[in-house]
Amino acid sequence: MIKGLIGKKIGMTQIFDDQGVAYPVTLIEAGPCYITQIRRVDRDGYGAVQLGFGEVNPKRLTGGQLGHLKANQLPALRFLREFAVKENDLKIGDKVTVAEAFAQGDRVDVIGISKGKGFAGAVKRYHFHGMNATHGTSDRNRAPGSRSSGTTPGRVYKGSRGPGHMGMDRITAQNLKVVLVDAEHNLLAVNGSVPGSRGSLIMIKEARKQ
Amino acid sequence: MNELLKAVEAKPNENIPPLRTGDSVSVHVKIKEGDRERIQEFKGTVIRLRKGKNESSFTVRRLASNGIGVERTFLLRSPRLEKVVVERHGEVRRAQLYFMRGRTGRSARLKQKFEE
Repeated sequence: MIKGLIGKKIGMTQIFDDQGVAYPVTLIEAGPCYITQIRRVDRDGYGAVQLGFGEVNPKRLTGGQLGHLKANQLPALRFLREFAVKENDLKIGDKVTVAEAFAQGDRVDVIGISKGKGFAGAVKRYHFHGMNATHGTSDRNRAPGSRSSGTTPGRVYKGSRGPGHMGMDRITAQNLKVVLVDAEHNLLAVNGSVPGSRGSLIMIKEARKQ
Repeated sequence: MNELLKAVEAKPNENIPPLRTGDSVSVHVKIKEGDRERIQEFKGTVIRLRKGKNESSFTVRRLASNGIGVERTFLLRSPRLEKVVVERHGEVRRAQLYFMRGRTGRSARLKQKFEE
């Protein structure tokens, strides 16, 4: 079965295992997803499965999106994402649920879009130390300081860190442990935090580095 | 709060009555030793309550031998808590009884508060 799902971040809480150990967990409403398309090595050059998640009113989709789904009698799905897979025993139209994809104790990678921070200074963005609070410092407490040398090289090296746009990046939280799988509510609880705000779209895959 | 969050959170333990700071309590904790489970009692005064539904906790302070204070914080909804028995209520004016940390002997006692 495919080890991947699309979901929605619900929020964080704390749950206990049967030993009484408390885990900080992020809840994800994962699936059910439908297989909407299959990419084959011989035809497309790579092997992948396109999953769809989130049933919506068909009026919310464009004609092209609807045509893509209707060709296989699928409901109107809001999000479509591809997941690389090796096995090709999968069929278009198949439903994938949490209980089938993941089990308690699995290691997963969780991909999300991090919260946007706007135009952020170097202290927040790269953990620069800023300057002294005292010893004559005025109005420069969070300044980044010097960016480069003087006449030689006479320019700022490319890629040097400074203020700029922060957040809204695609972030992968690697190797998170699955603490709980709730088939009834389509819930997945992973240990620790997950990128993005509550309600944001989340992709869950089998961990790459186990 | 989100209904889905509630679905996985622990239910309140029915063997734990409402606690107040200043209460003298006996906390019965399940302890696993190898494959055997036993109950350990921890007796003391509640000096702190932290409310927050699923993440609620409370801290119990007791004076061990030689007047050494021992504090233990329990998660209110932890399945390790067998039960909590309130032995008496203490008369206190504060929410957190951190002043008890500086006290030993006679001064570390609280006046008993009786229910109306």
